Amino acid sequence: MPDITLLEPVTRLVLRGRPGTIEAASFGVPLSPEPSRSVTVGDRSTLHLGPDEWWLFAPDGDRDAIVAGLAASLANTPHSLVDVSHRQVGLHVAGRNAATVLAAFCPLDLDLKMFPNRACTRTVFSKADVMVWRRGADAFHVEVARSFLAYVSYLLRREAAWQAMV
Amino acid sequence: MSQPFRLASGGRIDRSRKLTFKFDNRVYTGFHGDTLGSALLANGVHLLGRSFKYHRPRGILAAGPEEPNALVRVSRGPGPATPNLRAPTVELYDGLVAFSQNRSPSLRYDVGAVTDRLAAVLPAGFYYKTFMWPHGAWHRLYEPAIRRAAGLGRAPDGPDPDNYTQRYAHADVLVVGMGPAGLSAACAAAATGARVIVCDEQPEPGGGALSEPHTDFVAASLAELAANERVTVLTRTTAIGHFPHNSVLLVERLTDHLERLASDAPRERMWTVRASQIVFAAGAIERPLVFSNNDRPGIMLAGAARSFARRYGVAVGRRAVVVTAHDAAYDAALDLHAAGVPIALIADLRTIADEPVQARARDAGIRVETGMRVAGTRGRMRVSAINLVSVGGKSETVACDAVLMSGGFTPSVHLHSQARGKLRFDAAMGAYLPDGSVERVRSAGAARGVYAMADIVRDGTEAGTAAATGAPGTPVPATDPGGGMIGVAPGTPNTGPRFVDFQNDVTEKDLHLAMREGFRSIEHVKRYTTTGMATDQGKTSNMNALGIVASALGVPVPQVGLTTFRMPYTPTSFGAFAGHARGEMFDPVRTTATHEIAAKRGAVFEDVGQWKRARYFPRDGETMDQAVARECRAVRASVGMFDASTLGKIEVCGPDAAEFLERMYVNAWKRLGVGRCRYGVMLRESGFVMDDGVVGRLARDRFHVTTTTGNAASVLAHMEDYLQTEWPELDAWLTSVTEQWAVVAVQGPSAREVIAPLVEGVDLAAFPHMSVAEARIAGFDGRLFRVSFTGELGYELNVPAAHGAALWNAVAEAGRAHGIVPYGTEAMHVLRAEKGYFIVGQESDGTATPDDLGLAWAVSKAKRDFVGKRSLVRPDMASADRKQMVGLVSVDRATVLTEGAQLVSADAPLTSLGHVTSAYHSGAAGEPIALAMLAGGRARIGEVLLVPDPGGDVHVRVTNPVFVDPEGVRLVA
Repeated sequence: MPDITLLEPVTRLVLRGRPGTIEAASFGVPLSPEPSRSVTVGDRSTLHLGPDEWWLFAPDGDRDAIVAGLAASLANTPHSLVDVSHRQVGLHVAGRNAATVLAAFCPLDLDLKMFPNRACTRTVFSKADVMVWRRGADAFHVEVARSFLAYVSYLLRREAAWQAMV
Repeated sequence: MSQPFRLASGGRIDRSRKLTFKFDNRVYTGFHGDTLGSALLANGVHLLGRSFKYHRPRGILAAGPEEPNALVRVSRGPGPATPNLRAPTVELYDGLVAFSQNRSPSLRYDVGAVTDRLAAVLPAGFYYKTFMWPHGAWHRLYEPAIRRAAGLGRAPDGPDPDNYTQRYAHADVLVVGMGPAGLSAACAAAATGARVIVCDEQPEPGGGALSEPHTDFVAASLAELAANERVTVLTRTTAIGHFPHNSVLLVERLTDHLERLASDAPRERMWTVRASQIVFAAGAIERPLVFSNNDRPGIMLAGAARSFARRYGVAVGRRAVVVTAHDAAYDAALDLHAAGVPIALIADLRTIADEPVQARARDAGIRVETGMRVAGTRGRMRVSAINLVSVGGKSETVACDAVLMSGGFTPSVHLHSQARGKLRFDAAMGAYLPDGSVERVRSAGAARGVYAMADIVRDGTEAGTAAATGAPGTPVPATDPGGGMIGVAPGTPNTGPRFVDFQNDVTEKDLHLAMREGFRSIEHVKRYTTTGMATDQGKTSNMNALGIVASALGVPVPQVGLTTFRMPYTPTSFGAFAGHARGEMFDPVRTTATHEIAAKRGAVFEDVGQWKRARYFPRDGETMDQAVARECRAVRASVGMFDASTLGKIEVCGPDAAEFLERMYVNAWKRLGVGRCRYGVMLRESGFVMDDGVVGRLARDRFHVTTTTGNAASVLAHMEDYLQTEWPELDAWLTSVTEQWAVVAVQGPSAREVIAPLVEGVDLAAFPHMSVAEARIAGFDGRLFRVSFTGELGYELNVPAAHGAALWNAVAEAGRAHGIVPYGTEAMHVLRAEKGYFIVGQESDGTATPDDLGLAWAVSKAKRDFVGKRSLVRPDMASADRKQMVGLVSVDRATVLTEGAQLVSADAPLTSLGHVTSAYHSGAAGEPIALAMLAGGRARIGEVLLVPDPGGDVHVRVTNPVFVDPEGVRLVA
């Protein structure tokens, strides 16, 4: 039965701009070049979630410095940088059956070959939208909009309990 | 004696685990591994139900899910019981309680059986022709009576207490069926390294092989599959339907077979499997023979009798007669004979010469006659004899307590057919066989007419390898049907009803009647006679019906057509389709940061989409009207606070952000100053109002757009659609920030004093109406708006969502000295109506132009284009008699109108002029007020109209929709 835990607050930024110029962004981690894959260096990550869209994750206290650094490096590059730290919350789903518990609600193929470590994508979770990010063979980071947390975490926990029974 | 028909040995049951169960309140015993059907037969119980229409006694026909007769209700104690379960598929557990159906008062004495004697006046389609008069009696009398008499089982009358879950899964190869073909296919596919899911509806894999001497093969295959971690083996799992792109629904029964359940363990799991390739190895279904009185208890399929003997160790009788048109029945006869069940005779309907199969039977000492015809049977509650006629015309009555019949086999092509698979009628095989599909599916084994064990294994292996590798494969040719026939054997005497569809009580005569009535297509015959309908979907009857119709019409079988194979393959619980989405989890319930605080204060919530919003905050004993009136008074007199967090918010950024908004909204944006706000109206391409909201400019290249609560997602999608498909050249990007910000609106004459101590970095005295600034608010980095939806001096305080509760508490504290009052959506509605502010979806209904809503002032005349502009110049969009938003006051100054009520004039009371969209008692106006959409409304201001109401017409006066402070001086205070 997987553990389902609420992650600590982090800085979340949505960076959008045209591929080819937006790479000038100075974040300390390169913008992930592969679609639906993340790049992590230390405690910062970039997730490539749309053709012109990256999510940036960093520790909670780093926001102001990061925003200043990005603004400076992108001063002459058309872009959009929006702080969404509070828009979402993160759930860590880890342990045996983590993938099959998610598969009760998420139609994605979560097989390790199809959705390997570092893979990330927006998808649906029953009637909610989520972003699923694989952090290990049996570990997922699930980002859910704040007001859907109760719904998503309740369903995850109930399904985990049910899968332990049958 | 307990279980008198249990064979001394054999079967795949566990004789050390004796189980006790009840059927119609009588106690019986069986063994672990039995089904309800096999256990009842072991106890000599063949009478299991009454037929659908004629209430004829019926017994078990089949050993699997194709069983049409033996439908039972299984109860798990208090609460709803499950009706229409097929007894041969209900796994026995200790304490199982089952009841027969469709009988009253008891199975043996059923008053409904009178219909059997009335059969002559109740032919197929009788309800289309009789019961026509007197007029109206059909609906009042006949239909309710017929519906009570008809129908299978009893619908549960309470909510389903069980839990259900679902699962998505993906496979390189999905194999449906775990008979020899399916097991071979799964093993072959898995051997290539493919990800394989293989399922079977039965509790034990093996399919037909479990009733044949091939169980070692089954065990070896299963061991191979179990050792491969890329293989998922699902038992008790029925593939109920195939859907586009190789999506297949599987229903896995998790707990029905268990004696004791974990308290809330789910009963079923519905799988949605997406497979690159599918192998259908669903086997074939044995066909009954059509002869007079072929439905008596004790008459069953030969293969079923063989299954009961070999798989369950049960003798279906003490003396059996086999009637067959297929070689397979000989194997059944030999197996029963070997198990000690005397076979009085094998009556072969075929006029074939001595074949090896017959020689084997004769060698075993079984009498075999060929060219026989069945003239009928005897016995009411159980067959007691069969009447046969030899090829020479000699009649013979053979006493027996079981008749085992075989008309050959019908390949199970249901899923193939649902997968847009074509079928080919093979006249030599007497069967429809799969013949290509647009989906990546193939069939293997008996499902495509391959019957010999060695051939089946080879065919399954080929199919599995081909599915996994993409190689074409070499299917085994389907050439040796082993006999078989469809329809009625020529020369069969007609001495009583000859049933074709046992579940729907359709006889051969009914089919002939349909043809006499002029029906030719099998689809029409099916609907007229009901053959092949209901839960059974004609599994045992379709081919016989086709054969009868084709032969009567003198046309080849394919010309009659073939009915559609609808999903689900077998009846399926509604709960499985619902899965988790039931009760409180039917839909997400979204709450804001202040939800707990509001709940603690006793707020009454209302649903706004998925959101729960506080509707009003009653103080002790207050009614809603009293609470709303008090909340409104506070806002007008001093100050109120309101959680506005659910409004949609979109941050539009980039050098072209202003240009983008210029195109999306009717308003002009480029000259909006940084730090200023504007009320924006958005149209659809049709020119009708889609949404509205305040937009604030935070920087040259950054706008904070708000939308209505309900349209937050659709407005974002609408904008993104235009940005991506129409104007990809614009350097502008959209980011939803609805949930980034918690918003508290502070509204009322004292609002400025209340927020002043909470705001740092903004000079509130120099912060005019329709301004926005980034500021420290209650200690958090936030955004301050000066906006109003109440007509009062107002601010909206935005802070990061996690701090929403802290902000609410800080505002409440700061407002305490001013008597601040929390107000809900109901007061908000009243306050805005008093000001004539419309609400999208309340006043507007998707057909309102800006001018209809009094918003012509917002539409820029200078802009070259915006979404919807072209539609606005169409003549009808400017017509003077369009419905326009107006105000209404009740002439009696007391009646609050009913929202949705129609507006008419006294001289033309049957012509609707419009309707009431909002109606409230207004404390500020001192009387009830309403908003309405009224044809040519603005020109009617001052007129008196009628609102028809069940309590009598209400006279209303048409007014300007702004009831409070029409000059707007309070806003700019």
